[in-house]
Amino acid sequence: MYIVLNKDRMVIEKEQDVVPYRNRVKEFAVKIGMSLVNQTKLITAASELVRNMLKYANGGVTTIEVISKGRENGIRLIFEDKGPGIADIKLAMKDGFSTGKSLGLGLPGAKRLSSEFDIKSTVGKGTTVTLIKWKNG
Amino acid sequence: MDRIPILRMGNFLLVTIQVDLYDRLAQNLESDLVQMVSKTGARGVLIDISALSIVDSFMGRIIGNIGSVSKIMDAETVVVGMQPAVAITLIELGLELKGVHTALNVERGMQLLKEKILIEESEPDEE
Ligand SMILES: Nc1ncnc2c1ncn2[C@@H]1O[C@H](COP(=O)(O)OP(=O)(O)OP(=O)(O)O)[C@@H](O)[C@H]1O
Ligand SMILES: [Mg+2]
Repeated sequence: MYIVLNKDRMVIEKEQDVVPYRNRVKEFAVKIGMSLVNQTKLITAASELVRNMLKYANGGVTTIEVISKGRENGIRLIFEDKGPGIADIKLAMKDGFSTGKSLGLGLPGAKRLSSEFDIKSTVGKGTTVTLIKWKNG
Repeated sequence: MDRIPILRMGNFLLVTIQVDLYDRLAQNLESDLVQMVSKTGARGVLIDISALSIVDSFMGRIIGNIGSVSKIMDAETVVVGMQPAVAITLIELGLELKGVHTALNVERGMQLLKEKILIEESEPDEE
C-alpha cells in the first residue's frame, strides 16, 4: 500500500484561500521533483476541486500528502466537505453536466488530469474526493 | 480594490496578467475590459497570459466571456504567451477557449489582430 511521508491540512472557506492552497500543492510537488507538466495538471485538478467545495459545499478541508508506493513517489490530495452531497455521481462525472450553470468540466477534467481518482458522496452528509498524481505518472 | 491595468494602443487594448489572479480580480478584469471596449471603440483585445502558471475552468470561462462579449461589440480577442504546460493541461481538462484567437507572443498576436481587422474592413458589407 501507500506510505505517507509528509502531510499538511488546509481549511478552505473563502475564494481567497484558492491561490495560497494551489501554491502549497505546488511546493509539495516541487519537493518531490515532479515535472512541470505533471505539476500543472495536479494543480489544475486541485483548483477545480477546491472551487467545487467552495461553490457547492461552502468550503471544506483539504489534505496534501507526499506518498510512496514501491519506488514511485506522488502527491495525494483529499477534499472533504460537509455539503449537500451528490445524488448521482455518474451524472456529475459527465463532461458538461453542471447544476451551477457552468461548463461541467471540473470533476471529469480533474479525473483525466489525475493518475488515480476517487469520489464518494452521501446526500445530506457531504462529499470526499481523493486523487493521486504520481511523480512520473 | 486592486485592478489589472489596461493599456490602450491605437485601436487595441493590451492587458498583461502578471500574477495568478484571485477570482475577484479576474472578474473585475472581465468587466473593466468590456467597458473599455465599449468606451474606446477598440477593435482588438490582446491578453498576455505568459505569467499564468495555471488556467482552470474558472479562468478559462472568464477569458471565453471576454472573447464573446468583445465579439458582440465588434472587437477580436487574442490570448498570447500561454505556457506549454498550461496548453497541454487545458486540452486534458477539456476546456476550449471558444471565441478567442491564440498566438505565441505579443508581436504575433498584434499581427493577427491587424490582419483580422484588415480583412473585415476590406469586405464590402454595405451598399
Ligand atoms: N463538493 C460538491 N458538493 C456537492 N455537489 C458537487 C460538488 N462538486 C461537484 N458537485 C456537483 O457536480 C456537478 C459537476 O461538477 P463539475 O465541477 O464537473 O462542474 P461545475 O462545477 O458545474 O462546472 P465547472 O467546474 O466546469 O465550472 C456540479 O454542478 C454540482 O452539481
Ligand atoms: Mg466545478
